Order: sequence, then structure tokens, then C-alpha cells
Amino acid sequence: MSFLNNVITGVSLGSIYAIIALGYTMVYGIAKMLNFAHGDVIMVGAYVCFFAMGSFNLPPVAGVLLAVAVCTVLGITIERLAYKPLRSAPSLAVLITAIGVSYLLQNSAQLLWGADTKTFRPLVEGSLVLVPGQLSISYVAVLSIVCCVVVMIALTLFTGQTKMGKAMRACSEDKAAAQLMGIDVNATISMTFAIGSALAAVAGALMCSAYPVLSPTTGSMPGIRAFTAAVFGGIGSIPGALLGGILLGVIETFAKAYISTDLSDAVVFAVLIIVLLVRPAGLMGKYVPEKV
Amino acid sequence: MKKKNLAALLMAGAMSFSLLAGCSSGGGEASTPPASQPGAQASQPAGNDGNGGEAVTIKVGGIGPTTGNNAQYGTATQWGAEIAVDEINAKNGPIKLELQYEDDTGVADTAVAAYNSLKDWAKDAPLVIYGCTTTQPCVAVASETFADRYFQLTPSASSPDVTNGKDNVFQMCFTDPGQGNAAAEYLKSAGLGTKIGVIYNNGDPYSTGIAEAFIAKAKEVGLEVVATSTYPEDTTTDYTVQLNACKDAGADLVFLPIYYTPASLILAQAKQMDYAPIFFGGDGMDGMLDMKGFDKSLAEGLLLMTPFNAAGTDERTKTFVETYQAAHEILPNQFAADGYDCMYAIYEACCQIDGIADMDSAQLCDALSALFTGGQFSVDGLTGSGMKWLTTGEVSKAPVVVKVEGGVYVTQ
Repeated sequence: MSFLNNVITGVSLGSIYAIIALGYTMVYGIAKMLNFAHGDVIMVGAYVCFFAMGSFNLPPVAGVLLAVAVCTVLGITIERLAYKPLRSAPSLAVLITAIGVSYLLQNSAQLLWGADTKTFRPLVEGSLVLVPGQLSISYVAVLSIVCCVVVMIALTLFTGQTKMGKAMRACSEDKAAAQLMGIDVNATISMTFAIGSALAAVAGALMCSAYPVLSPTTGSMPGIRAFTAAVFGGIGSIPGALLGGILLGVIETFAKAYISTDLSDAVVFAVLIIVLLVRPAGLMGKYVPEKV
Repeated sequence: MKKKNLAALLMAGAMSFSLLAGCSSGGGEASTPPASQPGAQASQPAGNDGNGGEAVTIKVGGIGPTTGNNAQYGTATQWGAEIAVDEINAKNGPIKLELQYEDDTGVADTAVAAYNSLKDWAKDAPLVIYGCTTTQPCVAVASETFADRYFQLTPSASSPDVTNGKDNVFQMCFTDPGQGNAAAEYLKSAGLGTKIGVIYNNGDPYSTGIAEAFIAKAKEVGLEVVATSTYPEDTTTDYTVQLNACKDAGADLVFLPIYYTPASLILAQAKQMDYAPIFFGGDGMDGMLDMKGFDKSLAEGLLLMTPFNAAGTDERTKTFVETYQAAHEILPNQFAADGYDCMYAIYEACCQIDGIADMDSAQLCDALSALFTGGQFSVDGLTGSGMKWLTTGEVSKAPVVVKVEGGVYVTQ
């Protein structure tokens, strides 16, 4: 029974990582940049949702929608102000800028909302009892797993079937060629950031529902874990982010339960290193040899 | 091929950057310059009205995080001390205090810089150091004050490392091992918990210090510890594995010598898995009920050791709580009370020193240290009455255990 409990814990934790990882992977796959501020956009989304539900007594759905709206605008703004001017700069410059934006968001949150921890009211409460007293799964976990799968399918269809999605894939393959074909590269990248940030808002609300504490640094650790998950599953690959996230959550929980609570991070990263040695592009990533 | 290597390098760089970003964000980064908080009401020039006669003004340099991740602790120690200083100066007694508070953002380097600017602020006037709020900065500042001979009293830095080998540094709060011992003795005498589980943060000296002393003392007094489970950092969000370990071992009491943020998650997750032992925490648990949006029913029945109960009914506590609330709109916590008591300890000690008017900081340091360790000096405050200090710098006062009932503390 404790094994099944651990599986449930792992999958719930993993689905949160997965939904964050989807945002990472979207932006990386299309804009080819690591948006380290993603974790902090999650934090902003969670705060918006917290205040919408706590101070304005909006229903959870409205709170999440408001958070999505705010984060989308925030994502596009960050992209315009911080990343767009660096479009032709070396990727290291963009990376450092992203880290800077991450700190900017954290410190602004601290100034605006204070450093004290706030308790988030879950979007849905209670849990589904499978075996009374022994095995149960919280509705938040169910909700995040469902959200995760829905988002993954929607994103796959979007990038595969729609015109905008095709434009995104074209930009991902070759920005210059895409521009020659009449695709507005800047608009496409902005759109990517909008989608990524909207996902971050959903992830923030779900994450804080599962683990209801909220502070300005709430997003940074899960952000790094999710980045790991994205790399694990193959960064740029949408189903890979889901698989990587769930696996990461399960490995982490199992390492805690059966190896050592202190070494769980070491185990997770050891597995990551082994996977990357065997499959350098991650579990489901496409390995594209580059001609020199 | 070359390009591929470059990409790999970038990736590795990215990973290490991300780790760096993660580490440092734990440390409380707000790089606001050490803003001298407008401790205006506290630092009025004392004794200018002539009423106090030849009142001696002692400069008190406070250090603690007023910005950054630990800001709530630092501001509490600042505000608590300010209230005490106002009260003391209004007495027109033989001693007046002038408090200047510097921000250290909870970082050791910044704390030493803050200490240096306090020395500049005091110039040649006698200076006493009040701080730091958190352990690591305090250890750093303590070795400086030890070398420079300034008397130092910390409201809340609880590690024995703070005072270890330094005759000039004293604590207002319990030391970590002291708290662990007191917890085990309390459980034994109260007859609580036949099987005890312990969950602690083994990446944190505070938590580890209490837990290790508790486990050793529990064995000594004959309590049965059936499960010990750890987690590596306070940003951990999932504690079901640790709780399961306690549940599977049949623990009917779980000791949590940790801070309230992780503890609030533990309480929520225990409820979710229908595990309802008695939870017992240290003073780090204080503050949980004030978390915005916290469901207080989760903490019902929680026992914790805290030196200060804001719901206390004695006159001094009531006045303090009212003044604090009027000024800052929130209830004072133990950090504020510790800060308040520190000011009174400094004041009352200074009142007992002969010839204080002609002393410099080093002479004052020796005189105060001798008084504190002399065995005769004791202070009554909000966090205890008849508080004395051992030669180690450790405070000696009775621990208070409170139980959360209906969302408020009830002293046991």
C-alpha cells in the first residue's frame, strides 16, 4: 500500500513539474532560448490568483483566468523589453538577461507583497478515497494530471494543425528562412511567450493548490526542477515534457522513500546524467546533427 | 562537431546558472543598500529637555534583515526594540538609549558591513550591538565585536556558535540544544507521546541542533523515538514520505523542530492522509497562525514552545501588544518580544554600572559582560521573568509551552 501511495505522490508531484516543463519546452522549442524567468512568472500567477480569490472573493475559475490574463501580458512585456532587443545577440547574453529578469520579478514581488509566506487556498479541496484510511488521491492532483494531459494534447494539435502553429515550427527550424517565407518572426515569438506565460499562470495556481505556501521565491525551485524535467524528456518536445515531468516526480518520491530523503536530489540528477549520456537529446528529443 | 560541443557547453553552463540562481535566491537577495530605517521615533536626541538631569545616552546599534526573505523576523526585532526604547526614554531615568537599526538582509557579509557603519555612526560614544536576528550573520558579527570589544546581545540567533568562545556575546532566546532538551523534558513530565516521530530539516543548523539534542535527551529520560525523518531544505514541498515513515512506525506524537512554513505544509498533508498525531514544535513554529490565508483549524491542538504569547493577559504584555498593533497593524511575535526584552536588559544592566558616563565602548563591554555573568543580575521581561545568563552567554529562563485552541495560543 505504501508503494501505491508513493506512486500517487510521485505522479501528482510530477504532473506539476510537467505543466511547468511544458512552458519551458514551448519557449525553448520555438525561440531557442532558456527562459529562466519562467519559474517567477509562475509565482506572479499564483499571487494574482491568491489575491483574486482571497481579497476579491472571486471564484477559483475567475481567479485562474485573471492570473492567465496578467501573466500573458507580463510574458509578452518581458519578451518585448528584455529579449527582443537581444534577438541577434549571442545566446549567453539572452541567458544572463533571463536570470536578471528572474531576480527582478522576485525582488519586485518582495517589495509589492512582502517577504512573508502566504497560505494559498486550494482551487479544489478534498480527496478521492480509493481505499478508506489507506489510499487516497487529492482532487488537486487529479485536476493537475487532467490539465497536464489536456494542455499537452492541445499544444500538440496547435503546433501541428493551425497556421500559427506551423509558423512556430517554421521559426523553430530556421528563423531567417521563415522570415523569407513571409512569417512575422517577432509576432510568432511573442505568441510563444504568451502561451508559455499563460501556462505558467495555470501551473502556479495548481502548484500552490497542491503545496499551499506562497512567497516571492516559490517559483524558483520548481522552475529549476521543471527545467530538469524538460531536459530529461527532451527539451523542445511537448510529449517529452509531460513524460519527463512525471518521471522526475516519481523518481524523486521513490528516492526519498526507498533510498534517503537527503539524497533524493542527488539521485534525480544522477538519473538525469545517465539518461543524457545514453540519449543526449533527452528521452523524446529529436537529435539533430548539425553540419559544420 | 564544434558547434555541438559549444551547445553542450552552453547547456552545462545553463544548468549551473540555474543552480546558482536557485541557491542564491534562498539566501535573501534583496540588494537594497542597508537603508538606515527611519527609526525616527526611537532615535530622538535624548535628555535635551533637561528633565533627565545628567542622563547618559548609550548608543544601541541594531542589525537584522528588514528586507529579503527573512524580513519579517528582522522588522519584528526592530519594532519590538523601538517600543522598548520609547518606553525607557520616556521614564527620564539615569540612562537613555538611542537605537539605530541597520539592514543585513540576512546575509553575513552585509551584516558585517552594517556593523561597520554602526561603528561610524557611534563615533566615540559608547556603543552596544543589538543583533543579529539570524544565526549566520550573527556568528560573523560576533567574531568582529569580540575582537573590537563591543558588548553584543542577540534577540534571536540561537546557535551555540554565536556565543562559543566569546565572552562579550549573549543571547535572549534559547539555544538550539537547550530547546531540544527542554522539549524532551516537557514531554516526559507531561506524559505525552508514547511513540515519538521526529521530522527535521537536516540542512539547517537550527533544526538539526534542536533535533539532535532532543533525540539524545529523549533516550536519557526514557522516551521512545520510533521514527526520525529528515528533509534537505525549507523549500521542500512534499512531506508525505516523511509523514508516512512516522505513521508506519506508529508514532502518536510528531516533534517538528522546524520553521512554520514547512510545518504548515506538513499539517495540511497529514490531514490529507488522515494522520492525526499530536504535533509538537519549537519556537520556529511561532508565526504560523499569522500566515495570510492559513486555515487555523489545521493547527488545532498543535503544541509549541514559544517564549511569548501575544494573547497573554498580564499588564506588560497587553500594553506591548496594543502599542505594537497600533503602530504596525499586526500582532507582535516572539522576535518582537525578544527585541523588547533585549532593550530592557541593556537598560537595566547599564543602570547598575558605576561611572558609566566616563566609559568607552570597550570598558562598557567588559563591565556589562561581567555583570551578565556575575550571577546576581536578572531581568524581568515579556519572554520570561528572572532571566539570568550563564557564563557561556546562554540565557536561563523557563520554557513556556502553548497549545493552539480555537486559533489562539493557550499557555499550558
